[in-house]
Amino acid sequence: MRMEINWDHLSVEDLSLSKEIIAKIHKIMLKIPNPIAIMHVCGTHEYTIAKNGIRSLLPKNLRVISGPGCPVCVCPATDIDIAVELAKREDVILTTFGDMMRVPSTTYSLLELKARGAQIEVVYSPHDAIELAKNNPDKEVVFFAIGFETTAPLIAFELTMNPPSNFSIICAYKLVPPAMDVLLKIPHLEINGFILPGHVCAIIGAKPFEEYPKRYKSPMVVSGFEVNDMLISIYQIILQLYNKTATVGNSYTRVVQYEGNLQAQSYLEKAFEVTDSFWRGIGEIPNSGYQLREKYHKYDAVKKFDVHVDSDPKMPLGCSCSDVLIGKITPDKCALFGKTCTPQHPIGPCMVSHEGACKVNYMFRDI
Amino acid sequence: MCLAIPGKILSLEEHFAMADFAGTQKKIVVALLPKIQIGEYVIVHAGYAIEKISHEAAQDSLTAWKEMISEGLVAKEDYV
Ligand code: SF4
Repeated sequence: MRMEINWDHLSVEDLSLSKEIIAKIHKIMLKIPNPIAIMHVCGTHEYTIAKNGIRSLLPKNLRVISGPGCPVCVCPATDIDIAVELAKREDVILTTFGDMMRVPSTTYSLLELKARGAQIEVVYSPHDAIELAKNNPDKEVVFFAIGFETTAPLIAFELTMNPPSNFSIICAYKLVPPAMDVLLKIPHLEINGFILPGHVCAIIGAKPFEEYPKRYKSPMVVSGFEVNDMLISIYQIILQLYNKTATVGNSYTRVVQYEGNLQAQSYLEKAFEVTDSFWRGIGEIPNSGYQLREKYHKYDAVKKFDVHVDSDPKMPLGCSCSDVLIGKITPDKCALFGKTCTPQHPIGPCMVSHEGACKVNYMFRDI
Repeated sequence: MCLAIPGKILSLEEHFAMADFAGTQKKIVVALLPKIQIGEYVIVHAGYAIEKISHEAAQDSLTAWKEMISEGLVAKEDYV
């Protein structure tokens, strides 16, 4: 852990606030007898925590662990294999977010396939994929639709706008709240509280999380992405633990409303229905994914091209991503971390994505 | 993936808007925020405005965003 803190990017006021919150956290943790573990489920949260060395500033009996907050990492190899199968077709242009390009599938990564001549385009927005379809009427444009609730409404909106018939998607969206149920039930993990992902909540609100604190007595706080957002959220969680309350708090009120973005939710409702979904490294989670409603089946690439893959959803040999993703181990405890597995030569998905816990921790490791 | 950055709405046309991201102007989709007005700030995820924010909040997030670009963790074009 780095003890040198370089917080030059914080203003003087911000910095004094940080110090104040950290002091409060220490004070209250003195009164809590048991060790506490708080989990976040967002790659950008891990970035803020790792970059600013937040863990080294917290009391020893307070751990902040990284959960399955990287959509690229939890995307099953089967879905990548589907993308690979489609990209092999001469009539298909596969479009994807850049993060997905280097993730290992059971055969090739999309990047390797592109090097072999497949037509694969990185897009930064689903809208670009639709434009590409309009500009290439003699081709089939398939968009690899991965992400959480933050990303899903974008495609939901586009589908309601009658995109061209040569456009379709691999629908691989994941929903965050149902994962809480699984994470809170993992034996020996014992998570005491959750930092909730701010931009997922910008769409769905804090409301869908409400049932979990009640059921598991585990407080949750919606958090933004600045250092002080994270510190305040951690403080609010331990304050609740100390007071023996368990509710959903919101320290990111400048963006997140309790009910979320209702317009976005109405598009989601129109385009998708909830289905069980497989998370790489974790397994099947009930009601944790989206599939297209019947009206939109013509945009379902798997149906349209009748793709079948039969792949083993296991992680690459020796890779501990399954344990990293549920916070059971920290990335540096994987035997391959920084040795055979680096961002230049990633072995598991957590080392590929900018939001993967292994990549983030590799970037900010002690050298 | 769920990164969202702040921009200021410069003009509106149906579901689209021109927005300013610290000097870079870009066309975005505003269909998820039907009541948005010119001059207001939004946070933008993958080319789509997902929520309205205050001016002060926009300035704050912009600092964090620039920092992530300077770390090479995101390419600006990837998420604007
Ligand atoms: S360091 Fe590499 S091999 Fe180990 S868990 Fe992370 S991604 Fe998998």
